[in-house]
Amino acid sequence: MATHWYRYASPATFYPLAGGMAPWFAATAALLAAAGLWIGFALAPTDATQGEAYRIIFIHVPTAWMAMFVYLVMAFWSALALAFNARLSAMMAQALAPTGALMAALALWTGAFWGRPTWGTYWAWDARMTSTLILLFLYLGVIALRSAIDDPRRADRACAVLALVGAVNVPIIYFSVRWWNTLHQGASVSLTAAPKMASLMLAGMLVTSFAAWAWCIAAALWRVRAIILERERGSAWVATLPEMRGA
Amino acid sequence: MAEFLAMGGYGWYVWMSYGACAVAVVAEVVALRARHRRARAEAKAAGVEPAPERMETAR
Repeated sequence: MATHWYRYASPATFYPLAGGMAPWFAATAALLAAAGLWIGFALAPTDATQGEAYRIIFIHVPTAWMAMFVYLVMAFWSALALAFNARLSAMMAQALAPTGALMAALALWTGAFWGRPTWGTYWAWDARMTSTLILLFLYLGVIALRSAIDDPRRADRACAVLALVGAVNVPIIYFSVRWWNTLHQGASVSLTAAPKMASLMLAGMLVTSFAAWAWCIAAALWRVRAIILERERGSAWVATLPEMRGA
Repeated sequence: MAEFLAMGGYGWYVWMSYGACAVAVVAEVVALRARHRRARAEAKAAGVEPAPERMETAR
């Protein structure tokens, strides 16, 4: 099999590929979100101790997981960009940052509206919440650093270093509920133990999590297309794109 | 329906959470479309020219 996968490391090849894939991921996200919310709101039972307030879980956990996961993916592309000086990898990292920031902001927001009825407070300087707030600031820092540097290749390297250094925060968030005595509860779902929740609640949470995952991929693909055009404009291949013809 | 919206007295918390996420997704779609449209218009205006990135790799 002579599949030259690295062919797709070229922005000219990846631009139409991303345009073809993004709508499928967006449609998958919409379908999974509809299914997950149906399970979460119509089928899953009322929680014995939290009442209906627990239903925030179907949006809080997916956004919180994605906030962490997108950061790791951004750090991965940043590492590739640094190691191989690969333009497209840096563009992928650049495309992921705003979506990751949005996920972190939503995780904090939905957490606040879950914390108020269950713990009696919108916010506490608890280890998990504080480290998630730092995650949001890291995303915003990466975005701000890029806009502060005019030369895109220098911005790529600076942002990649910041993204990689900041990656140490992700395990801190994940293990914060174990390492410190936090107001935030411990993990309800882990790879090593049986889930501590009803199976319909778990199903709804997993389906909405896959929806959030698919959405993050779609958004990143759409954004990387805009970034490719921004950074490759003036090159011969961009001028030959079908959407460049006509008035 | 009213009972569903009330969420057993937790309606404010539940719908503020889901409402913010719905607004965020719509806002992201709008922003993505606007950014792509702008990038396309600027690329069209630029035509073919030696881009700064290319000159750097040639150095």
